[in-house]
Amino acid sequence: MPKDALGVLSEIKKSFITKQIKEGRRGDGRKPDEYRELRIQTNYVPRANGSALVELGKTKILVGVKIDAGEPFPDTPNLGVFTTNVELLPMAFPTFESGPPNEMSIEVARVVDRGIRESKMVDFEKLVIEPGKKVWVVFVDINVLDYDGNLFDACSYGAVAALKTAVVPGSKYGGKDTQLPINNTPVSVTIVKLDDVMVCDPDLEEEQMSTTRVTITTTEDGHIRAMQKGDLGYFELDEIRKAIKMSSDTGSIIREKYLK
Amino acid sequence: MGTASDIKLIDENNIRLDGRGPDELRPIKIETNVLNRADGSSFIEWGGNKIMVAVYGPREAYPKHNQDINKAIVKARYNMAAFSVDERKRPGPDRRSVEISKVVSEALEAAIMVELFPRAQIDVFIEVLQADAGTRIAGLTAASVAVASAGIPMRDMVVGCTAGKVGNKIVLDLSKEEDNFGQADLPMGILPKSDRIVLMQMDGDLSVEEFEQATSMIMKATKRIAQIQREALTKKYEIQQKEQGE
Repeated sequence: MPKDALGVLSEIKKSFITKQIKEGRRGDGRKPDEYRELRIQTNYVPRANGSALVELGKTKILVGVKIDAGEPFPDTPNLGVFTTNVELLPMAFPTFESGPPNEMSIEVARVVDRGIRESKMVDFEKLVIEPGKKVWVVFVDINVLDYDGNLFDACSYGAVAALKTAVVPGSKYGGKDTQLPINNTPVSVTIVKLDDVMVCDPDLEEEQMSTTRVTITTTEDGHIRAMQKGDLGYFELDEIRKAIKMSSDTGSIIREKYLK
Repeated sequence: MGTASDIKLIDENNIRLDGRGPDELRPIKIETNVLNRADGSSFIEWGGNKIMVAVYGPREAYPKHNQDINKAIVKARYNMAAFSVDERKRPGPDRRSVEISKVVSEALEAAIMVELFPRAQIDVFIEVLQADAGTRIAGLTAASVAVASAGIPMRDMVVGCTAGKVGNKIVLDLSKEEDNFGQADLPMGILPKSDRIVLMQMDGDLSVEEFEQATSMIMKATKRIAQIQREALTKKYEIQQKEQGE
């Protein structure tokens, strides 16, 4: 994760967070399994086929979904196509630069993509116009506007919310507009290790201090659909077990409350 | 995971397409010092995978603004040869290889004693010459051997291993067909002495119980793979001793 503009988190702040976490409280007063205030506003960009503005604490991202007719991949001739892209806009953080996607934005995009794809949230079998020749292509473009940690979850919630409201523009090709076919609601929860304590939805300070990170995406049935461990440290197997539990518990609350 | 298929990947007697049992690894062979110029190198054959790894460093990190005053940075570059897969792959990094390079770098850095080499960089070049499912974990396993053979101090080796789900059963070390048509894939990187997890990715559909089954299979296999790594490294010194003796 990038450091702040000065490249460091002050030692005073660090030792404060470390001290707090030993007492089971986080820098901003949250409990370990508590996420920040989450606000999702769908249909923010009516020009897109689906969209969502997400504020997770002070992190702010905007997702737009565009759906267009195109060619299927040769190995999946009877499935719609799905792509996810994340833009870390220079306005979001002092060290973000414009230009081609870097490691960080590619990782976020691929983890978000994997969660949605592997949960089979979108029914791609229904997105075929002409078998083998023409299918619907779903582009999910995510713009990061303001960065204060945990892009993985903010982007994932935005993508899921935008897809749920997305409309397939059939009328453009002489058909009817239809709702994008949705099977389920995957929820991703990211957990970092702070001084051996596992906390979910890290803010920027916690991300900078944490030794390691894991993102786990689960569906309604409690099954794990995608995981990604990142950063330099390690997890014990028991910690992964705890993280899976935390992700599916916190995930079901978020699903009920915000992604219905 | 991949598309639906009529192929039966595992039969009633738990025998897989290639004749393996559920917790059987494909054959693994590792050699060290296969390259002249590099500071350390290795070559792994894991099933049909053929992967070559070269290590350069620790050397001064470049460009300078990448330097870390407290430790060395580890830069692994995972790359697939154009001819390594069925359809020609366009040369150069794509999004998949950028992501794999990142997670492999992070996994190796967890094992290497980077704090001994401030401002330095350790380059690890992983070239997949022929791909046959599980290239990232085979590459990671070989990379760890190459780093050790370069004489770079490490806390432990890193062992890569995969488990997955095919035909609703948990199996170890997915083959190409199982990877393409299976239901889940869980590649992991483990420090074998402490069982710590330094790389983990997963896609597909696993229940919590299935995850338990998969990880316990991986943890057991890790010890076997670590032994193969150890043998590859000790063999290198046997050869050197022989040469010196003559």
